[in-house]
Amino acid sequence: MSVTALRGWTPSIAKPSVLPGFGLTFGFAVSYLSLIVLIPLAVLVWRASALGIDGIWRVATTPRVLAALQVSFFISAAAATVNVVFGAIVAWVLVRYDFPGKRIFDAAVDLPFALPTAVAGIALASLYATNGWIGALFAPWGIKIAFTPLGIFIALVFIGLPFVVRTVQPVLQDFEREVEEASATLGAGRGQTVFRVVLPALVPALLTGGALAFARAVGEYGSVIFIAGNMPFVSEIAPLLIVTRLEEFDYAGASAIATVMLVISFAALLAINSIQAFSRRRFGHA
Amino acid sequence: MPDGVFGEGRLVRWTLIALAVGFLVLFLVLPLLAVFTEALRRGADAFFASFDDADTQAAIRLTLLVAAIAVPLNLVFGLSAAWAIAKFEFPGKSVLISLIDLPFSVSPVVSGLVYVLLFGAKGLLGPLVDDWDFKIIFAVPGIVLATIFVTFPFIAREVIPLMQEQGTADEEAALTLGASGFRTFLTVTLPNVRWALLYGVLLCNARAMGEFGAVSVVSGHIRGLTNTMPLQVEILYNEYNFVAAFAVASLLAGLALVTLGAKSLLEWRHGDSLSPARRH
Repeated sequence: MSVTALRGWTPSIAKPSVLPGFGLTFGFAVSYLSLIVLIPLAVLVWRASALGIDGIWRVATTPRVLAALQVSFFISAAAATVNVVFGAIVAWVLVRYDFPGKRIFDAAVDLPFALPTAVAGIALASLYATNGWIGALFAPWGIKIAFTPLGIFIALVFIGLPFVVRTVQPVLQDFEREVEEASATLGAGRGQTVFRVVLPALVPALLTGGALAFARAVGEYGSVIFIAGNMPFVSEIAPLLIVTRLEEFDYAGASAIATVMLVISFAALLAINSIQAFSRRRFGHA
Repeated sequence: MPDGVFGEGRLVRWTLIALAVGFLVLFLVLPLLAVFTEALRRGADAFFASFDDADTQAAIRLTLLVAAIAVPLNLVFGLSAAWAIAKFEFPGKSVLISLIDLPFSVSPVVSGLVYVLLFGAKGLLGPLVDDWDFKIIFAVPGIVLATIFVTFPFIAREVIPLMQEQGTADEEAALTLGASGFRTFLTVTLPNVRWALLYGVLLCNARAMGEFGAVSVVSGHIRGLTNTMPLQVEILYNEYNFVAAFAVASLLAGLALVTLGAKSLLEWRHGDSLSPARRH
């Protein structure tokens, strides 16, 4: 009879092991997770379900809410697209080329993760205001960036920047140069090799990074509200409308909008998982 | 290697480098420069005078307090979850791992909202909390809860993959040699994951001190009482007190720079002892 079989207290849910402490650590982790994350989220779903599907639909399709959801959704998609294009270029340059200051730029890519969103928000607002360093360049042409939907776009590009770079970078690093050499040996030009051999292998990572950036952008609040102008129907984002509803003590309305946003972010998450599952089958990496 | 066959020509290469660097300068370097420039616009005296304000000092103290509660709690959680997940086999493990990452896919505003729905005046447990004469929403406990929620996965997700990779052989050896379970954890497991743990703590702390959306929803913005540093930045900014707003913001930006520096240093020096996803 093994030692573990004698330990009556080992909970039956784990396979027997000589290591102690499963009950304690598992119990603590699950309780803490439930108290902090699962129960509060369940309360939100419960609140929203009291409205019923048609109740949530009614709230979500009132003109102001619909406009805010559209602003959040479309500008996030546009920002994620820019992030995919420039994220690919940044990742390519950081992996393949050497240039002065490369390590610093590499480290700086994570700045949007580390910089508090409110700080980013006021910094971007001051840069892109008509008297700011960048805003002043566009003002003579009558282009206003801060306090318009363009400002929201700028903030969301900032906040989503690291996602694509950090998803593509490792894939590009592991990409076997032999494949490119084979392509070149077979007579392909460099452009053909890059666009028909390398790029297709990067597509899953690009899509995953884009979806992550999109999911983050839809929920983003701090960096946006300072630069957005927050005009209902024009530059009001969905998270801000949740805050407004809460300040009016309209808990049901806030819960309904929050539920719609949760559904959008879970759809993005699901898309990411399917892309990665596909990529594992097709390329053998995520 | 001849250019143009296995690599790009000089022109293409430098165009791409210029595009990438230009993009990073525009979106990362300029905002950072703007924070410090605006903070020092009226000179160093005005900058330092911003911190004489009692409400600003209270905000700094509250931010430190909140991080000092949230980070250790998430640290204990991260280690517990990692021990259970990495050292044992049980059904539903992958579900548990996904649930731990859940707060990352929830909007900060929604993270605050859930606690208002739970403990707010018209919330599920609101009346109960009222009876005890204990304030959670629009008070410090709510800010701590919201901060714990948004920083929940940071430490766990650094430690779990590393511990999984390390397996159980070291711990089994220690136990066989007569060490107690707790001693094994302290002298064998903990040293094995120390750099990943530090990495997670750095990221967790940066987010805990910088969180805005979730905290803003539960704080109530009571000056000197429930304003953290990011909320104080917002208030000063909305009052057109730009120098003070950017002065407080520059402290937070400094924290972000220190975090990035320490994080990069860990990746360069101790990359092999970090979570597999962090190794370049």
